[in-house]
Amino acid sequence: MFRRLPDLGGETVTFTIDGHPATARLGDTVAAALLASGIQSCRTTPVSGAPRAPYCMMGVCFECLVTINGIGNRQGCLIPVAEGMVVETQKGARSIASELPAKGDAA
Amino acid sequence: MKTIKDVAALSECYDLLIIGAGPAGLAAAATGAELGLSAVLVDENPAPGGQIYRGITTTPVTAKETLGADYWRGTDLVRSLEASKASYAPGATVWSVGPAPDSPDATGGMEVGVSINGAARVIQARQVIAATGALERPFPVPGWTLPGVMTAGGAQIALKTSGLVPDGKVVVAGSGPLLYLLTAQLRAAGAKISVMLDTTPLENWGRAIRHAPDFLRSPYLSKGLKLLLGANRGMRIVRGVKAISAHGDNQVTSVRFRHGSKEEELPCDVLLLHQGVVPNINLANAVGCALDWDEDQLTWVPQTDDWYETSVKGFTIAGDGAGIAGAEGAALRGRLAALGAGHRLGRLSAQERDRTAAPVRAQLIRASRGRRFLDVLYQPAKAFRVPTADDTIVCRCEEVTAGKLRETVALGVSGPNQMKSFLRCGMGPCQGRLCGLTVTELIADARGVSPGEVGGYRLRPPIKPITLGELAALPKTPAAIKAVER
Amino acid sequence: MSGVFGEESPDVIVIGAGIHGCSTALHCAKRGLKVLVIEKDHAGRHSSGVNAGGVRQLARHVAEIPLSTYSMGLWHRIADLVDDDCGFTSDGQVLVAESEEEYDSFRARVTQLNSLGFSHEELIDAKELRSLVPAVSETCPGGIVSRRDGAAIPFKTTQAFRRKAESLGVRFCEGVRVTGIKADGSAWMVTTDAGTARAANVVNAAGAWADRIAACLGEPVPLEVIAPMLMITARVEHFIKPVVILRSRKLSFKQFANGTVLIGGGHLGRALRDQNITVLDWVKLAESAKTVWDLFPIMRGAAIVRAWAGIEARMPDDLPVFGKSRIHQGIFHQFGFSAHGFQLGPGAGAVMAELIAAGNTNTPIDGLGIERFAT
Repeated sequence: MFRRLPDLGGETVTFTIDGHPATARLGDTVAAALLASGIQSCRTTPVSGAPRAPYCMMGVCFECLVTINGIGNRQGCLIPVAEGMVVETQKGARSIASELPAKGDAA
Repeated sequence: MKTIKDVAALSECYDLLIIGAGPAGLAAAATGAELGLSAVLVDENPAPGGQIYRGITTTPVTAKETLGADYWRGTDLVRSLEASKASYAPGATVWSVGPAPDSPDATGGMEVGVSINGAARVIQARQVIAATGALERPFPVPGWTLPGVMTAGGAQIALKTSGLVPDGKVVVAGSGPLLYLLTAQLRAAGAKISVMLDTTPLENWGRAIRHAPDFLRSPYLSKGLKLLLGANRGMRIVRGVKAISAHGDNQVTSVRFRHGSKEEELPCDVLLLHQGVVPNINLANAVGCALDWDEDQLTWVPQTDDWYETSVKGFTIAGDGAGIAGAEGAALRGRLAALGAGHRLGRLSAQERDRTAAPVRAQLIRASRGRRFLDVLYQPAKAFRVPTADDTIVCRCEEVTAGKLRETVALGVSGPNQMKSFLRCGMGPCQGRLCGLTVTELIADARGVSPGEVGGYRLRPPIKPITLGELAALPKTPAAIKAVER
Repeated sequence: MSGVFGEESPDVIVIGAGIHGCSTALHCAKRGLKVLVIEKDHAGRHSSGVNAGGVRQLARHVAEIPLSTYSMGLWHRIADLVDDDCGFTSDGQVLVAESEEEYDSFRARVTQLNSLGFSHEELIDAKELRSLVPAVSETCPGGIVSRRDGAAIPFKTTQAFRRKAESLGVRFCEGVRVTGIKADGSAWMVTTDAGTARAANVVNAAGAWADRIAACLGEPVPLEVIAPMLMITARVEHFIKPVVILRSRKLSFKQFANGTVLIGGGHLGRALRDQNITVLDWVKLAESAKTVWDLFPIMRGAAIVRAWAGIEARMPDDLPVFGKSRIHQGIFHQFGFSAHGFQLGPGAGAVMAELIAAGNTNTPIDGLGIERFAT
């Protein structure tokens, strides 16, 4: 859906999306890093379960809600991605269990 | 400039608190600090610039011609903030603004809830300037919630902050100068755009033409011509598009559109939508500012005086949040707002304020010339503001459709606030930002009255969601404790 | 009669179109009385439209229990009354004890209620508490359950009463403010900013503004204007059915079918009644958040998306003013429900209509009259 311009330089950071390792450019927001990684949707809605992806990229639409380091409903477009960050896509109404959800089926 | 990285580093009380680090906020903070006010600029984004100058200090897109000279003009604004004594808190979300329990004087002190990195605090400010800017007008068409459909502004932000360009078969659709600007920027960056679907109603030209003389003397003329000529080279443009819908199962795969009597369907991997920008009034609304419906811009605009102070004492709105006037105008309005606040705080006399403001106002008149022509020309078509297809989602969060809204109007529900109670539209996490205008216009249309009469959502704080944990850990400020003991 | 009210005099004028005014109007109409309701804003604009929606018999003052019991009967067949389910669900309400001491006091309360002949409150141990409210903190020793309690949707409810009343011929004049009342022969003359209206009976159901009406009638009351605050979260996975309340710390807690969680309990913001405005107090909302944090650890990451407050009346003894005027024939008071009047609405309207039409009622309302504030 998106590709990165060539020769941008800058540092890279590694993080995980649903347990899968991914890289981003330092300075990317989580939403931009998801777009760059080819993630098609970052969540499904709690109402009908329809898939959604980042829409406005400026903190208005709340479509890019993801779980970051175990905390749900974070606005991915406002939070810079960081080394070792654990990003999870959300399914429906967010689980509010106090422990971290399972790390996906990376195997 | 002092950078603030956590809420504990904020002062208990500032003379001036500015929300939003776009052109208006940057100019207001620098001007306020120059006046000797203790000023803090809080901004949601990790770096200054707002949306128009998004990522200006950090963008990896360093080839100047890609984003264009107008973008790089933002550098000076950031430099003047950096050179000032103002504090700057990036990554900071303002979730509440209200009257302070104990306003120290008659200047209308405010209490402001701020969160940085998961920690919240309530501080005070004697004056608040909201420079909350603009957001893209909702563009509710069938399929606009599919992954792969984004706002054009969203794609522009991905380009500015991360050097990302849409890939595959890219379609841009809508209306307005920014649509052309973004298309030019994306193409300059190497994106291939298969088609532009221009929805500008052809009949708008007839109404706009009487505002043309001002436009012809404005800087918008040469910029606009360059963009229009550029767009015509090497890209198909379909004008007079009357209907658009996005299709696909879990991802957009095609776009259908109608122009004249023709229907077409084209394969599509990314669909970018845009039909102009409107003031971001969520904060103003939640604070209780009086708003008017603007018949030209088809949006709510806060009532303000000559210094952009709203109907709520001590609460000022600078820049596009007080009505769309563009980036250059926003910076000038930011300076005027800070001068007004400075005077109210007793920092400069009315004469000094007016003398300093005079050249700024003259510049503002020049910068605003030609805007009315653009407003009228690019007034979006009704079919793209009030969706005709009943299955079109209007409230994206709660998935409320146009048909459901019309049915509920027919039951006698006459306003957006009652509609919230019945359908939950506007009650999801975006708090009505993406459906407020559509719901108002749709109800007005169904009832045959003006949007001004229908009114808008009455918004509730927090203006941005805050976690229960953050709220539970809110420190008790001395002022707040005093308020509780009273 | 003049202005917007037309020529024909009603039998009853109700001042205020909250849940109580609308309910009284509806029940009067069912008894064949002609009713005019005068409301300064619109029906359900204040606390009747924005309260927590608790339908609770649990933990009420003994003086209110008969009215509450009558009301509960109506709630359980609310659709028969107003042709609308009002969003009413009955999953019980649970009062949670946070300490052994508190649990002992609960045991004493249930024993006392039983001795008075009331059996709606049942003492439950830690095991049953955990089975009703699985997410509750391990440290809570037990509680009281009232199984027929539940919750409804306030604005929908008030609107339903209004609509049904209207369909039975009640006339609603909204956006009209009452400016005075005086005797006019054997009847009462109500003056407003849109003309005057005349009727033999007047019901003062003006909520947070009712003290002004009472003062006009020479029956001043020590009414406090309050703004109880509420907040609601984004949708979270379903984890609790009954409404949960606490006694020592202010909390009421309810998860809706759509997953959102409503947190209330009586922390007060600031009410500016002349401006129709409320101002939130975040430090007190933070206390509510802290209470939830302690009681339901799994809620800690939930996002608060809205907070608000409604304007209402509280009496010094937290009991409503309900019944006939102490001094005037044809004047009735129905206000001051002190942040727990929503459940009472359907029943109080029925009893008030009985008082007006029949002159008395079999439902005990002793201890609720305005005479307790006479000096």
